[in-house]
Amino acid sequence: MAAPRPIVEVRGIVNRFGAQVVHDGLDMEVLPNEVFGIVGGSGSGKSVLLRTILGLRRPQAGTVCLDGRDISHLSEQELRHVKAGYGVTFQEGALFTSLTVLQNVQLPMIEHLHLPGSVRDELAMLKVRLVGLPPEAAQKYPSQLSGGMVKRAALARALALDPRLLFLDEPTSGLDPISAAAFDELLMELHSQLKLTVVMITHDLDTIFRTCNRVGVIVDKKMESDTLEGIVRHQHPWIQAYFHGERASARLGGHGT
Amino acid sequence: MTKHLTTRRDGDALQLDLCGEWRVEGLAAIDSELKRIDLAGVRHLSIRTHQVTVLDLSAAWRLREFLERLRQLDVQVNFEGGVEPEQLRVIDKTLARSPYRAPAGEETEVEPVEALGRHVVRTWREMVDGLAFLGRVLVTFARALGSVRRLRPISVARHVWDTGVTAIPIVSLIAFLISVIIAYMSAQQLAAFGAEIFVVDLVTIGVLRELGVLLTAIIVAGRSGSAFAAEIGAMQLNEEVDALKAIGVDPFEVLVVPRVVGLVISLPLLTIIADGIGLAGGALLTRYLLDMPFTQYLERVDDAISPTTFWVGVLKAPVFGTLIAMAGVFRGMQVRDSSRELGRLTTVAVVQSIFLVILADALFAVLFMELDI
Repeated sequence: MAAPRPIVEVRGIVNRFGAQVVHDGLDMEVLPNEVFGIVGGSGSGKSVLLRTILGLRRPQAGTVCLDGRDISHLSEQELRHVKAGYGVTFQEGALFTSLTVLQNVQLPMIEHLHLPGSVRDELAMLKVRLVGLPPEAAQKYPSQLSGGMVKRAALARALALDPRLLFLDEPTSGLDPISAAAFDELLMELHSQLKLTVVMITHDLDTIFRTCNRVGVIVDKKMESDTLEGIVRHQHPWIQAYFHGERASARLGGHGT
Repeated sequence: MTKHLTTRRDGDALQLDLCGEWRVEGLAAIDSELKRIDLAGVRHLSIRTHQVTVLDLSAAWRLREFLERLRQLDVQVNFEGGVEPEQLRVIDKTLARSPYRAPAGEETEVEPVEALGRHVVRTWREMVDGLAFLGRVLVTFARALGSVRRLRPISVARHVWDTGVTAIPIVSLIAFLISVIIAYMSAQQLAAFGAEIFVVDLVTIGVLRELGVLLTAIIVAGRSGSAFAAEIGAMQLNEEVDALKAIGVDPFEVLVVPRVVGLVISLPLLTIIADGIGLAGGALLTRYLLDMPFTQYLERVDDAISPTTFWVGVLKAPVFGTLIAMAGVFRGMQVRDSSRELGRLTTVAVVQSIFLVILADALFAVLFMELDI
């Protein structure tokens, strides 16, 4: 059987801000049903890469294909369709502050689907509960939620349209280790049950070891990607330092490498 | 449109074959297809799902609702092979985790009398808050007077630039236009009495005493009152104000007082500019409208005004500046939690500052009249 077609395919991306080159011919591939972690030093352009993949930023060169379609050559209409096909959570949650959690989850449904109100309420409520929020939280405003609940609410909104592809920008940053572990667990549950493909930016080594099948590290303006086992043996000094630093060593022991 | 299911009836048994993509995009079609199934007399339902290519959670939810309804009608539901699709099990598990509660309805309606009462209480509290705010600004200002550093001269200068210098073009244009309006309007009326010469009086007194300062204040309220409210409001949302407090810096000292002082400095200066442009406009207009030579215009102006005419206008400016800055900053500091609040309070800031300016101007008019100025 031929290798499955990548669901996210990034080829030769170049991103520049003035004279500062962030990405210089970066390639990245995510296969269906993977959990792909994007790792890199602060300022290495992880969020810029994510924005490029999402079509929020046009790169100076290179192509981004989602589901085999080059997003820079799509009409407005087609792009809308592609956008309905993936879910995103942003670093700070980016929930709409003037809407309740339930309304936040409903917003993509209202924009992309024509459903009667009652069905929409039920579906949104299902998503709220799916991510492990108590039903009472649905009527709350984002400012009334704790950090962990905001992350979950953002995930519920990302799941509103039942995407097969999920982009998460630092989903566990700012959470205590226990909440972060719970979030990882939730993510793995959803990943296996809903057959989601997940692309995730993260700094959390625990999250990487718990959830990722493959990891892409942004070094020297390019990406080195491999399986989790492969990447920890990579010879690049930054990758070595990242995975074999003091904080990481303890975990690696448990992984038999 | 592709079908999502086919049915085969066999006595009281119904065979339901699901096929194709069961996705949230096709939910309306799925719903109507489910609704169209003839269920009369059905006792057994068997479902085959092996032809379904995609079954997402939303579609599974609708399927589950359908099956629940059937189960309530005492229909036996079987999945072929006895295994439910995973998606249905996910839903069951989710629902089992926390008991279902329908989302609470809208807030209960408030009775008119109750609403009035709430409104009165809220307005009263806001007035008290406003007074407390004013007091706090004054105290902070008085304390800051002790040292130049605490008066934040650089910050004040920035606000003078933002609210004053950059407003010069628009203020000048408006001042010119208002003198055009007065001149034309009065020239037409006064011509009937052959008293065109009084056009000069009307323009000079009107601009110097009232309109120069009033219109400048209104423009500044729209420009800077809103900017103050939005800027400080956004800082509130971003927890920057809390950060200042936590660092041990008084936000009143660094955010509020410099803005108030800045506007108190810039509004009189803008008013003087507006007065000048208004008079120049008057000169130009009378020249073309009344064929009055420039020297005669100047003489007439000199006759028309007393020294107080100019000062009465300019003296109002710091008061207006204080009101505008206070309203903007006060509303900005009230922003909490949501971006909608930011928009609402910015609007309130502008409306209120314009209202306060006009109210104060009315009080000044009465006061000056009583003082015979």
